[in-house]
Amino acid sequence: MASQTLYDKLWAAHLVKERDDGTALIYIDRQLVHEVTSPQAFEGLRLAGRQPWRVSANIATPDHNVPTVLAERSAGVSGIQDEISRIQVQTLDDNCDEFGITEFSINDERQGIVHVVGPEQGATLPGMTVVCGDSHTATHGALGALAHGIGTSEVEHVLATQCLIQKKSKNMLVRIDGKLGAGVTAKDVVLAVIGKIGTAGGTGYAIEFGGQVIRDMSMEGRMTICNMAIEAGARVGMVAVDETTINYVKGRPFAPNEQEWEQAVSYWQTLHSDPDAHFDAVVELDGSSIEPQVTWGTSPEMVAAVGAVVPAPNDFSDPVKRSACERALTYMGLSAGQAITDITLDRVFIGSCTNSRIEDLREAAAVVKGKKVAESLKEALVVPGSGLVKKQAEAEGLDKIFTEAGLQWREPGCSMCLAMNADKLGAGEHCASTSNRNFEGRQGFGGRTHLVSPAMAAAAAIAGHFVDVREWI
Amino acid sequence: MKAFTQLDGLAAPMDRANVDTDMIIPKQFLKSIKRSGFGPNLFDELRYLDEGRPGEDCSQRPINPEFPLNHARYQGASVLLARENFGCGSSREHAPWALEDYGFRCVIAPSFADIFFNNCFKNGILPIVLPADVVENLFSEMYSSEGYRLLVDLPAQTITTPAGDVINFDVDAFRKHCLINGLDDIGLTLQDADAIRDFEKNWQQKSPWLFREHRA
Ligand code: SF4
Repeated sequence: MASQTLYDKLWAAHLVKERDDGTALIYIDRQLVHEVTSPQAFEGLRLAGRQPWRVSANIATPDHNVPTVLAERSAGVSGIQDEISRIQVQTLDDNCDEFGITEFSINDERQGIVHVVGPEQGATLPGMTVVCGDSHTATHGALGALAHGIGTSEVEHVLATQCLIQKKSKNMLVRIDGKLGAGVTAKDVVLAVIGKIGTAGGTGYAIEFGGQVIRDMSMEGRMTICNMAIEAGARVGMVAVDETTINYVKGRPFAPNEQEWEQAVSYWQTLHSDPDAHFDAVVELDGSSIEPQVTWGTSPEMVAAVGAVVPAPNDFSDPVKRSACERALTYMGLSAGQAITDITLDRVFIGSCTNSRIEDLREAAAVVKGKKVAESLKEALVVPGSGLVKKQAEAEGLDKIFTEAGLQWREPGCSMCLAMNADKLGAGEHCASTSNRNFEGRQGFGGRTHLVSPAMAAAAAIAGHFVDVREWI
Repeated sequence: MKAFTQLDGLAAPMDRANVDTDMIIPKQFLKSIKRSGFGPNLFDELRYLDEGRPGEDCSQRPINPEFPLNHARYQGASVLLARENFGCGSSREHAPWALEDYGFRCVIAPSFADIFFNNCFKNGILPIVLPADVVENLFSEMYSSEGYRLLVDLPAQTITTPAGDVINFDVDAFRKHCLINGLDDIGLTLQDADAIRDFEKNWQQKSPWLFREHRA
């Protein structure tokens, strides 16, 4: 058999049927469901009198709309003050009840951001096809799965048929060799990749992340990287299975049981690209030269090393990029040549499906321990990605470290990543955020987002402006 | 999706050109979590005298007596006669959802906006393009005889008027096939249900752990 990439293998394993028009029917092993993109899909099933093809393939949890303040949260769904949010969350509960779908509802300790909950429960596993009505589904590719976001009509399609109509993507390898410096994390790596290939660089490709840096990285770090594949234009990001993957999965609630474990592992160990597999594109980065990154603009590719300055429009020869830079500087209220470390902050947000896992929180806590957030800061939030992350962090005393330093410790959810609940930026406010999108208005109307790693966000919270976290460790 | 073969339906007028999707279903109703239930708000701004709000009981609202769909003679209509460029504007699929929910299964017009035209087929509605003079004729016959019904036969691609006149219309063969058989994307995929089941059986043998039931 010809050499295959990881993506080729996953694709071939799930191919139900190829059609004459070049599309294919792909079998879906796992669908994750949340409250925002599912109501019309369930409604569609009802209208057509259909039942889910395989109920147990679906797992649901509310995340986008849930409040993160304990007082509002403790009354459950009925306590959600925003009516439209409340109805959406309630609708998810009702739909899951009606169709018999397993749901981790609002105050279940397993509730959280779908992309944190899936791997945490072992509900997303190596070798699976995973979909969700959310573009950051690529996160699950870190486990050696084929995972990507879909639209609402596709959510319904998967519910009803357990399949998706797809066209195969091209293969891209992003290889990061060498060793990361101290204080440089997965988030800096992925921002550096996006800075290099651009937000459309991965369009049409499934990206496999490889190289020594990825091999050395924890599962949490790999998830952070795959999470942002979509910010490089690729719907799919993934990492080959290795011992780190297998150790991570072992013992999780939905993982294979003892009888099946050996069989599963021997299959999973085949989930890597063959040595001479063909990639349509290869991008290489030297891990040792990656520095902590900060976005200065309104697209994730508008990113610079923390020691750099905000670029000038004239630094870009491409006229489209030049005018995008101009517009971004205006929106962000920054001037060309300004040092990144001179950007002062109003708020700090540590959370989101990119960076709200236990390792992220440990990384942030280590930086703020024994210090106090800057007086000038209006608010600094730490929002764990799931109830179980929260519990673990509390067991380790991280919540105390945060609150003693003056950061707020919240209930799990998407929170200020997209500001669908009450956690928002005010117009003109600068935020150091560990989330994944710095688009105009993403974190609140007129809000100014700077994407950074948890350690960088934590250091910025203490200093009140960006600092090179490497000087603090 | 509901199948469409023959329809013997009462005809009603939407007698103006460039009816946009905002007119068909205004934006405030898009916050809904549903894709059904838009019928009471179809043509909301023309149909009622007050401003519509999502979730309100429309039976209590002041209706516009001028608007034809409010007239007794058009109650229960399922064929909509319309003018040029029907369904222009935003791509909201809520527009065909609203028409369908109200009870329309067929819209006849001299021309349609592209996206709306496509969206109709996905939602069990047959949009028929006829020459402007033929549409004009239908309008005047309808206005002059109460209870004017049209017999729309999709397999035969004909419309028969009460006087027995037969009008032929064109329809894309693939879309016709889907509509007659009530096939949306899901319906089409389900035609491969056996292949999916075969795949699934085989896959379950190779990866049994993916098929274990879990209790929450
Ligand atoms: S945390 Fe943000 S990016 Fe992730 S799923 Fe929630 S809203 Fe989307």
